[in-house]
Amino acid sequence: MSALALPLMLAIILGLCGLGIVGAIRTRWAWLVHQGSAILCSLGALLSLIALILPGSAALALPIGLPGKAMQLALDPLALVFLLLLFVTATAASLFALEQHAAEEARAIPFFPVFIAAMALTLLAADAFTLLCGFELMSLASWATILYRHEEDRSRSAALFYLGMAGFSAACLIPAFALLGGGAPDFAAMRAMPPEGWRAGFVLALVVLGAGSKAGLAPLHLWLPLAHPAAPSHISALMSGAMTKVALYVIVRVLFDLCGPAQPIWFGAPLLVMGAASAVLGGLRANMESDLKAVLAASTIENVGFIAIGLGIAFLARGADLAPLAALALAGALFHVMTHGVFKTLLFLGAGAAWHGGGSRMLQRLGGLVHRMPITTACMIAGCIGLAALPPGPGFASEWVLFQAILAAPRIGGLALQTSLTVLAVLMAMATALAATAAIRLLGVAFLGRPRTPRAAGAQEVGFTACAAMLGLVALCALMGLFPTAILGLIEPAIRQMLRAGLSGQIGVVGIQPGAEVPGYAALIIASLLAAGGVAIALVLRRWAVAGHRRGPAWAGGFAAPPAWLPFGDPATQYGGASFAQPLRRALATAVLAAREEVDMPRPGDTRAGRLSVALRDPAEPWLFAPIGRWREKATSLADAMQFLTIRQTLSVMFALLVLLLAGIAVMEAW
Amino acid sequence: MNIVISALLRLLAQGLHIALMLAVAPLLVGLIRLVKARLLGRRGPPLVQPWRDLLRLMRKQPVLADNASIVFCAAPAVSLAAIVVAAALVPSFALGMTLGPVSDLLVIAGLLALARCATALAGMDVGTAFGGIGASRDMTFSVYAEPALLLVIFTLAMLAGSTNLDLIAAVLRDGALGLRVSLGLVLVAILTVAVAENGRIPVDNPATHLELTMVHEAMTLEYSGRNLAMVEAGKALKLLVWLSLIGTIFCPFGTAMADNPLFWPLGLLLWVAKISFLAVALAVFESVVAKMRVFRVPEFLGVALLFGLLAAVLLFVSTGMT
Repeated sequence: MSALALPLMLAIILGLCGLGIVGAIRTRWAWLVHQGSAILCSLGALLSLIALILPGSAALALPIGLPGKAMQLALDPLALVFLLLLFVTATAASLFALEQHAAEEARAIPFFPVFIAAMALTLLAADAFTLLCGFELMSLASWATILYRHEEDRSRSAALFYLGMAGFSAACLIPAFALLGGGAPDFAAMRAMPPEGWRAGFVLALVVLGAGSKAGLAPLHLWLPLAHPAAPSHISALMSGAMTKVALYVIVRVLFDLCGPAQPIWFGAPLLVMGAASAVLGGLRANMESDLKAVLAASTIENVGFIAIGLGIAFLARGADLAPLAALALAGALFHVMTHGVFKTLLFLGAGAAWHGGGSRMLQRLGGLVHRMPITTACMIAGCIGLAALPPGPGFASEWVLFQAILAAPRIGGLALQTSLTVLAVLMAMATALAATAAIRLLGVAFLGRPRTPRAAGAQEVGFTACAAMLGLVALCALMGLFPTAILGLIEPAIRQMLRAGLSGQIGVVGIQPGAEVPGYAALIIASLLAAGGVAIALVLRRWAVAGHRRGPAWAGGFAAPPAWLPFGDPATQYGGASFAQPLRRALATAVLAAREEVDMPRPGDTRAGRLSVALRDPAEPWLFAPIGRWREKATSLADAMQFLTIRQTLSVMFALLVLLLAGIAVMEAW
Repeated sequence: MNIVISALLRLLAQGLHIALMLAVAPLLVGLIRLVKARLLGRRGPPLVQPWRDLLRLMRKQPVLADNASIVFCAAPAVSLAAIVVAAALVPSFALGMTLGPVSDLLVIAGLLALARCATALAGMDVGTAFGGIGASRDMTFSVYAEPALLLVIFTLAMLAGSTNLDLIAAVLRDGALGLRVSLGLVLVAILTVAVAENGRIPVDNPATHLELTMVHEAMTLEYSGRNLAMVEAGKALKLLVWLSLIGTIFCPFGTAMADNPLFWPLGLLLWVAKISFLAVALAVFESVVAKMRVFRVPEFLGVALLFGLLAAVLLFVSTGMT
């Protein structure tokens, strides 16, 4: 099947590129671009699903590429898992984009299908050149979409930051691939010659930095809450739902596949540390952001952290020869890739709908959307069940597997490792609770309560196709939550490919099991019990309780009904995003995010309003990015000084450099 | 034949268990109120007063706030359903009931989180300051309570080899593990978490109507009639779930097996005794300590976190899992 699927996939990629060209020539044909990409992506999703069910792999060499070398494509289960996610989310995003929500969105049209095609190319690549081509094209296309509101300073600075980070990840990934495989660019040669010693260490560091910065792993996550929200909503959805996953795919591909199985146990350590930091930082920042889409972007950091932790445990377990545990951890990571990809896409689309309908992305300008936008609100609630990891949602199922993996991980041994794993489990639990808090804050402030502005009070539901796109993702979320075994069954070939060990005995008849003999999580039974409980409660109420209800003004602890000139009551008296976050800001964020509250209280007699301002600073800023900025300044002034050297000084500098380089070559030759 | 009979017995035990939990939960609240009243020198309401309150509330037509949405009406039902399922999964008088194989501790924690999130959303729905303050504080507490609870689960899973509550309870009941320091530390941690999760003194005062001290009460301030009945029933049942959980794990002696009905009466009697003891202890504890400031609660739960961490590390050291 794969042999047939690969050329078709290539055709889909070319078709998407063609749509991009059409979109560039004729902006008015936006509907054609989005319809075309919806059709192509749904075909791609179907194709990946079929190819995943019928196992097999295929390879294809293209007659273009580096001089003397063909571009290699390959289709194997690992790539298919990610391709399935990519095409499913891209289909929903294209459907959502059919309805244009802002005039500026037209500027992003040509880049949208190219962005999807670039991600697919990265996933299909079977040599370093193709993979890097796809990866960089993905970065560039998404960079262009971030700029779609280039009149705004914020968009421009976010795009510049994003471009810098993309350059950084290229600067890390290209040497990483150069270190692999002794100079040959194709993956088969790299697999045959797995790196050892310092070379393996360098590959690990470079890949974790290069792909990790794209995925949003702390401390390289700073750009993500700036750049993801700046793109049009359907593209933000793809950036958070699919692009971060493509970066994680590169990590899995290089570290699990290309580096071979004989890597030492500490290979997982950087992923665990960065994953834990991302999980907590992302979860906490999701509670502090005031922009709907920035909240979701921050929670992406948290979920990427979870996936990285799963990958790290899989490494530790593989190094310790605990194949079932490694399979469980990798299954948890890949399952979370799928669930997070789908529910985060749903949430971003919902946020886009709320932005379009309610006129703002800021939490303090929304509120009460549930009355005017019931379908969007229902979809957001469904997505938030996944985000908050509540049973029987999709997020709970995948995080359950991850938690089982970390609960079993102390078997690897070593008191220091066990203690660190315990701390890791604590941080994961904290991140889960933080995500739930962020989900409640987002729903409660933006969608429930009373409208905070007249614009929000007059919000309008989005149109049919946008609703259909969201409802389709809700159905997918429900499927993934209720049938986790089916999804794990789809993922299993990829796990088998990476670890040469499957999930035998860990996928039970009705649920997921951490071990062959131990009972586990039976999603369907829990969901039916919940449904039965609901029905029983309804029956009891119907039999014994009084029917109907009356309406009256909110009681609010005995406060009087609002006066006539404030038809909604005073909306500012309800809790907003900043007030909801206040306990967490005082309890956690003062330590982690250096949160400071400043009260500007007017003197008695002064009639101006008092103000409370909050300042937050991500720890990566003072510890990493600010020093780098200072070094750059210094390096620039140094380079600047070199322009004013006399001719003799310039010549001697050049001569010294030449001697140095020759000496370096001599040393390397001898080595 | 034997298999069929034992399956039927398990099912019967499960049904009995659910009925028992539902019937006893309001009585438990009544008992705590009674003991507290007596400690304060009052006569106190009769034991069945919470049941009477529930029935009275069911007969009253609810008043909804003008802008209450469907979320407001659905939340108590969702929350109660989640707690009822959790109650069905936590064993009371017998182990090995029909739902034993799915009674995973992480799932129970997830169901309780579902109940909490539903209530918090309801608190935000009407758009009053009280609902928001309660939701915000309750979710903040959970950020500290969940890690502590996870450490408890972590330690128990390490001891029993699974996160399945039925298995853990069976292992602890057989006494093969003996007394362990880790178990003691874990007990302190889970007691602290239980106090916070149920909104008891010193974290929250269930009897308060003073706005600034409310957490759980604030979220449900707008409820009346049958909706309030669901909220109250859910609150009572949640307390019973936590006490049952603590009893099953830390005092598993005398718990019957579901397929051996001869021991059911003994198990039942002992369960009532355990729950009553815990309830009286809670009432006494609530009468002698003062409520703490909201911003002290993270420190209070931090102690639970620390105890849980100590328990896990001690377990690593003592079992020689290194």
